[in-house]
Amino acid sequence: MKKEQGHDIYGLMGEFLTPEQILHAAAKAREAGYKYISAYTPFPVEGLAHAIGFPRTGVPFLTLIGGLGGGLTGFGLQYWCSVITYPLNIGGRPLNSWPAFIPVTFELTILGAATFAVIGMLALNRLPQPYHPVFNVSRFAHASSDRFFLCIESRDAKFDLAGTAKFLQSIQAHHVHEVSNAE
Amino acid sequence: MSTTPPPGDLPEIRRLDPVLEPGHTYASVTDKIAAVVLTQPPTTGWIVGFALSFTVVMVLFISLSWLIIKGVGIWGINIPIGWGFAIVNFVWWIGIGHAGTLISAILFLLNQKWRTSINRFAEAMTLFAVACAGIFPLIHTGRPWMAYYMFPYPSTMGIWPQFRSPLIWDVFAVSTYGTVSLLFWFVGLLPDLATLRDRAKTRAQQVIYGILSMGWRGSAHHWHRYQSAYLLLAGLATPLVLSVHTVVSFDFAVAIVPGWHTTIFPPYFVAGAIYSGFAMVLTLAIPLRKAYGLEDFITMRHLDNMAKVMLATGLIVAYGYFIEFFMAFYSNNKFDVFLAQQRLHGPYAHFYYALILCNILTPQLLWFEKMRRNVAVLFVMSLVVNTGMWLERFVIVVISLTRDFMPSAWGRYLPTFWDYSTFIGTIGLFVMLIFLFVRVLPAIAIAEMRELVHEQSDEEKS
Amino acid sequence: MLDVSPLTDDMSDQANHKEFRIVQPAQDRRAERGHKHDDEDEPEDLTVRESKLDLAAVREKLREKSGKQYWRTLEELADHPHFTDLLHREFPRHAAEWDDAVDRRDFLKLMGASLALAGLAGCGLPDQTHIVPYVKQPDGVVLGRPNFFATAMPFGADAVGVLVESHEGRPTKIEGNPDHPSSLGATSAIVQASILNLYDPDRAQTTLYTGEIRSWSAFLDAAPAMTANVKATNGAGFRILTGTVTSPTLAWQIKKLLAQYPQAKWHQWEPAVCDGAKEGSKLAFGRYVNTVYVPGKANVILSLDADFLASGPGHIAYARQFARRRKLEGTNDSLNRLYVVEPTPSVTGSNADHRLPLRASDMELFARALAGKLGIGPAVALQGDAEKWLETVAKDLQSEHGNSLVIAGEYQPAVVYALAHAINASLGNVGTTLYYTEPVEAEPTNNLDSLRDLCADMNAGKVDLLLILGGNPVYDAPHDFDFTSKLKRVHTSIHLSPYFDETSAYCKWHISESHYLESWSDARAHDGTISIVQPLISPLYYTKSSHDLVAAFSDKPGMPAFESLRAYWTEASTPLGMSLDAGWRKWLNDGVVGGTKYAPIAPELKFSAPSLPTLKPAPADQVEYVFRPDPTVYDGRFANNGWLQELPKPLTKLTWDNAALVSPKFAHSMDLAHKVVARGGEHGQVRSTVVDIELNGSKVTAAAWTLPGQAENTVVLPLGYGRSRSGYTGTNKGFNAYVVRTSNALWASFGGQMTATGDSYPLACTQYHFNMEGRSILSTATLEEYKKNPAFAHEHAEMPPKDMSLYKEFAYPGYAWGMAIDLNKCNGCNACVVACQSENNIPVVGKDQVMRGREMHWIRIDRYYQAESATNDPASYNPSLDNPQTFFQPVPCQQCENAPCEQVCPVGATVHSAEGLNDMVYNRCIGTRYCSNNCPYKVRRFNFLRFQDWGTPQLKLMRNPEVTVRSRGVMEKCTYCVQRINNVRIDAEKQNRPIRDGEIVTACEAACPSEAIVFGNANDPNSRVAKSKKQQRNYSILGELNSRPRTTYLAAVRNLNAELEKA
Repeated sequence: MKKEQGHDIYGLMGEFLTPEQILHAAAKAREAGYKYISAYTPFPVEGLAHAIGFPRTGVPFLTLIGGLGGGLTGFGLQYWCSVITYPLNIGGRPLNSWPAFIPVTFELTILGAATFAVIGMLALNRLPQPYHPVFNVSRFAHASSDRFFLCIESRDAKFDLAGTAKFLQSIQAHHVHEVSNAE
Repeated sequence: MSTTPPPGDLPEIRRLDPVLEPGHTYASVTDKIAAVVLTQPPTTGWIVGFALSFTVVMVLFISLSWLIIKGVGIWGINIPIGWGFAIVNFVWWIGIGHAGTLISAILFLLNQKWRTSINRFAEAMTLFAVACAGIFPLIHTGRPWMAYYMFPYPSTMGIWPQFRSPLIWDVFAVSTYGTVSLLFWFVGLLPDLATLRDRAKTRAQQVIYGILSMGWRGSAHHWHRYQSAYLLLAGLATPLVLSVHTVVSFDFAVAIVPGWHTTIFPPYFVAGAIYSGFAMVLTLAIPLRKAYGLEDFITMRHLDNMAKVMLATGLIVAYGYFIEFFMAFYSNNKFDVFLAQQRLHGPYAHFYYALILCNILTPQLLWFEKMRRNVAVLFVMSLVVNTGMWLERFVIVVISLTRDFMPSAWGRYLPTFWDYSTFIGTIGLFVMLIFLFVRVLPAIAIAEMRELVHEQSDEEKS
Repeated sequence: MLDVSPLTDDMSDQANHKEFRIVQPAQDRRAERGHKHDDEDEPEDLTVRESKLDLAAVREKLREKSGKQYWRTLEELADHPHFTDLLHREFPRHAAEWDDAVDRRDFLKLMGASLALAGLAGCGLPDQTHIVPYVKQPDGVVLGRPNFFATAMPFGADAVGVLVESHEGRPTKIEGNPDHPSSLGATSAIVQASILNLYDPDRAQTTLYTGEIRSWSAFLDAAPAMTANVKATNGAGFRILTGTVTSPTLAWQIKKLLAQYPQAKWHQWEPAVCDGAKEGSKLAFGRYVNTVYVPGKANVILSLDADFLASGPGHIAYARQFARRRKLEGTNDSLNRLYVVEPTPSVTGSNADHRLPLRASDMELFARALAGKLGIGPAVALQGDAEKWLETVAKDLQSEHGNSLVIAGEYQPAVVYALAHAINASLGNVGTTLYYTEPVEAEPTNNLDSLRDLCADMNAGKVDLLLILGGNPVYDAPHDFDFTSKLKRVHTSIHLSPYFDETSAYCKWHISESHYLESWSDARAHDGTISIVQPLISPLYYTKSSHDLVAAFSDKPGMPAFESLRAYWTEASTPLGMSLDAGWRKWLNDGVVGGTKYAPIAPELKFSAPSLPTLKPAPADQVEYVFRPDPTVYDGRFANNGWLQELPKPLTKLTWDNAALVSPKFAHSMDLAHKVVARGGEHGQVRSTVVDIELNGSKVTAAAWTLPGQAENTVVLPLGYGRSRSGYTGTNKGFNAYVVRTSNALWASFGGQMTATGDSYPLACTQYHFNMEGRSILSTATLEEYKKNPAFAHEHAEMPPKDMSLYKEFAYPGYAWGMAIDLNKCNGCNACVVACQSENNIPVVGKDQVMRGREMHWIRIDRYYQAESATNDPASYNPSLDNPQTFFQPVPCQQCENAPCEQVCPVGATVHSAEGLNDMVYNRCIGTRYCSNNCPYKVRRFNFLRFQDWGTPQLKLMRNPEVTVRSRGVMEKCTYCVQRINNVRIDAEKQNRPIRDGEIVTACEAACPSEAIVFGNANDPNSRVAKSKKQQRNYSILGELNSRPRTTYLAAVRNLNAELEKA
């Protein structure tokens, strides 16, 4: 029974009015032992990620990689061009005029880091992702304006349509919406 | 605007203006800002303004076409003055760009809440300024169609750029700056694009904003990574913005031309950039808040703070001018001394005095709160400072070249019609892009405004 | 007249194909070459005979016919016996086909052409199907390697022997001929530029009759008719007007013609040559003699307004000799000393150790005073410091008895010359520092009288047939002669000139004149040596030389110049003890005819100063107007030469214009201002006051220019500008000083009225700023100072030590090319500038661009005055400008080892070669102009627009194929003539030997008359350049910048006279 529910129901979504409410709701849901919870808010709510048990992001690490990569490429490129493959006497300056190579190295470091940060963030967020079941909830449009949503997914072991709905109401959900997989 | 404290409040502490006028809800800010883009029909003012700026852009196209047909000889440049308006404008535009990044990145790191309502269009301004600036290094070359030689690409001849040249540093600095600013801007826009998508009325809007927003759902996971990415970007953009104008100043500092060859240039160029940048933000913000009734979001507090920043950077620039003279006479280098005298008595002295008036004397008015809080004054002031900063670049680039080492080769410079038309053309391009921007994208970061509302309500509770 | 431009245009490119086709003969070695092309190209000249049928007749026959009958008529016509002649004359090539029975097709083609020709008044050309440059390689030609042919450029009473570089038959560059006495291997700016005249698209290209195109043979046909009525009177109405003739052959031809017409007269007129020299010698010796100076032998030289270093016969040789006496290798060397008295600064005056500005008309007074001081004439007193000056000079001259030299100026009257002769005699200089010879001119005449007579006769209607061989009297005759209106009274006037100019417009016939590189002739040098002038290319257009024209009236009409020349020399060679055939090749090869140099003669001095009538000098305060040929366009004949127009004049640095030169004091009193214009500025555009000059009952409007060092009350009106018919380049530039020049005051005139009109005129001045702002750019000293401190040049230049750099220096183990320029020798004559322009395909940009500061010269000559001036503005008076010491400094690319330009180029378009050259890579350059900004010497030049003329076909022929032709948007600069370096390198490597010193000669070095520029391998301690650089005078401009230039300078040293120093 759960199974076919699982097929057409993505989960249940509680709608809340304030950040405080959703924080509180998220905490409660965790206590109730739900694992697959996600929260949707019109602006970043402090502590929410922690509340739904999402400790750390991979973005900083990726950024570091990008930065190092960019920097090394930058200096390497210049050194290779000016010393190895195309050495020229330029106004009596040494082939490896490393002080003159710093600016480009620096710029490429920044470029690498920045691109990795953004692309990394998008990738980890699985973006772009034009379709997602939560969009099937008409009220969800308010998630980008003035409403806060807590979604408990159907794949959660403790998930059960009636019970979970009751639970959501119990934690002062303003509304409870069924999120269906099918459009 | 209500600066008078309500009865019962502690009278002795004068309450700062709010960065957001009270009484706003998540919905109200969202509606108000999104409406500008989604529902409000273009006002006649907008249409006229856009039409005008578009005409000027056509002037730009004509100028550029003629330039390509005839060559840079249509400008006033000559030997010894190899660089004229083109480079002056380039440095000026790049400088203007800096304020945007500064507001969105540095103020963000410093956790300055008041940046919120101005950072979006400040960043837009940055992008457009960089776009205008980027035109010049390309077209000022004798053979623009060969400009790609400046990029390191594996050519069949196996030849590579000459990385000791500051112009190559420019290529990397400016392109990096453009890219990073764009990313930063886009990341900031992402949640708002989602908002627009969700509130879009027409199919077209839904599709376009839908694609742009990449399916942003504002989930806690998204926000979490988003915030760390945004913070990192801010952290990267800060040294970047400082480096860009430093590199631009190297174009001059690295050369041996008296008047260019000084170590003070990097800091003093950066300060100058921020100076002119904030001036430009004011030039844009003041009409914008009036036209779209955004006084609640861009409050006197913002204007006041920006005025203070201008005052501060203005003083740094003044210090730069002073040091140039000091070093000339302290080092007693005959070329520098001569140049210093040229600035004061030479054929271009009047430019120098005009520059002092615009960049050093006038801004001193900003010491007075009355002036800082007088919108009209601020607006005029911002224009004056922009002019002054343009003159500064003119003085540095052109006047230093007119009289360098060999008296036998001394010359003078007079811009031609095409110099002016190209310059004005880029201003038109800049304005036109701004006009488009306010119509198609939220000029104020909605998501961040919601945060403000949230914080405000917290304050009220406490 | 009818506009023939479309025709001539069309013909000009046809002419080019023609040129390509006949390239081959031009390639074969000398004699045969010329011979071949003459009979191959113009056989008609040889086959001309009296003809009963001419085009007029053809047209006559065809007039009323049309359609079918037309063809019938043509066939009738074809049978006409004389048609063959006609055909021979008009279609030499097809004449052949005609002779051997042709098929109808060809026949019709011919007829079609000949009709077109009849209709279009004779501009038919053979078809151009066979343009095949080389089917088989001509002997003596290696493709891609230039050949050099010796010839000579006749100029005034002199001829400069030259070696002309020829690429596949196209003369491209002129070098001096070391074996020629007037060249000694060097050239002048004018000689260098003369090659541009050859390729000038504005040249007259065909024979014209009242503006209608005619063929040369049509002229030959008409000739008898012209002479018909003068024959009757033994040529009473027959006049020939030439310039100075030094060609023995031409003189011989003319004399033969005169013998044929006993009543005919030969007149001569050279607007820019003064009769003073001739009349002076007559006064002194009772006959015309030629004076040859030997400045090299003189320790003390006094020039009485003589610009012997930069103009006049033999000036190149004189400059060379003079410069050798300025050689200063150690403190023991001695210098000669040069005193110059002159009204207006000349190149010579600027190089003087002591210079006295004096009105030209006071020169006689000065000469008499000098004679007095030397005790050969009555004592005459001079006013002011002139007296003191004279005393010292006189003493100095006497102390060097036998080794001194007094030179009278070209534009001084006979008396001054006579006095100079007397003085030199009394100083015992004759035979050592100067000697006399027979006149160089074939027929010395007093030009002024000669022209006066001609005008009188023309006026009286006595002249029926006037032959004007070269010259442009309508433009340059004294205006009181009113040559124009008198010319109109001449029944038949024939003008031979390279351009259709002012005079041509008033003549019935105009014969386009061949350039000296296209025609056969001969000419005498200043010392009498004769050179054979041989063509390097067959005429580009339908042009003729004076030999052809004179021959046309002789008993052998149509005799080509080459035949005349051979005919004369078969006679003339016998006294040389050398048969023509034995000598010919040698003469052509050497560029001189051995044994023709005049032997010195010792004419007896029949003149004594006391016998002179006492002179009434003009009041000192009166303003004197002096006429001088322009330093670049001369008397106007070079007005259409872009190189010379754009060449900054040595002192004023003006281009494209002449200006009334005034002294600073005079300018101050008249408040004639200069305004430096923001566009271009000091290096470009200066607006100066426009003045009306009323003089000799006529008026001219000119721009006034303040010239430091000019005599206070002298106004100089340079001749040669204001041409009304000169061509695209030369028309309506500057003002025409001839308008106010009258026969009674050819060179100096009083009683003029100058009034400022109130408006101003923009002048293109390439260097307005004249002082060095106390920078170590051009360092100078007196001989005493030098002897005290030979290293004076290094006193103020803080040259950083080589080991100061953190980085290790690049090593140049192989060749290290370098240049040393001796400022003690350079006299600022400009030869190097034009030589460089010619060698390196440097474009002419025009006045407007020069005014924007965009001229393209790779080497410029900076002129500095030693004057304290607060404003650096000659126009604002201060006494130090009255007579400042003047110095010249040629500035090519300094080829810095630490080149600031290279470091800032983003694309590596300017990089250093292993031999230390600062190479420009045009293909890589994207034109950021950053290098130019960063060049402290500002020697880089940028193609702001498309300056190079890609269109004009003639100019394509002229370009040096070894040098890239730059187009729009790229930077360029001096390359040390890298193409020459590499040519020599290739030879050296082929022979597997190192490059020898002096083997590579840059264009500027080759042209320099005074050997001031030395190029070579600085690594070779025995090379001339290394030796120069070892000298203590050697320094580099702005050494403190540590750019380490490869071009260094030897500081200038002036040999001042202590006594005058005190004053």
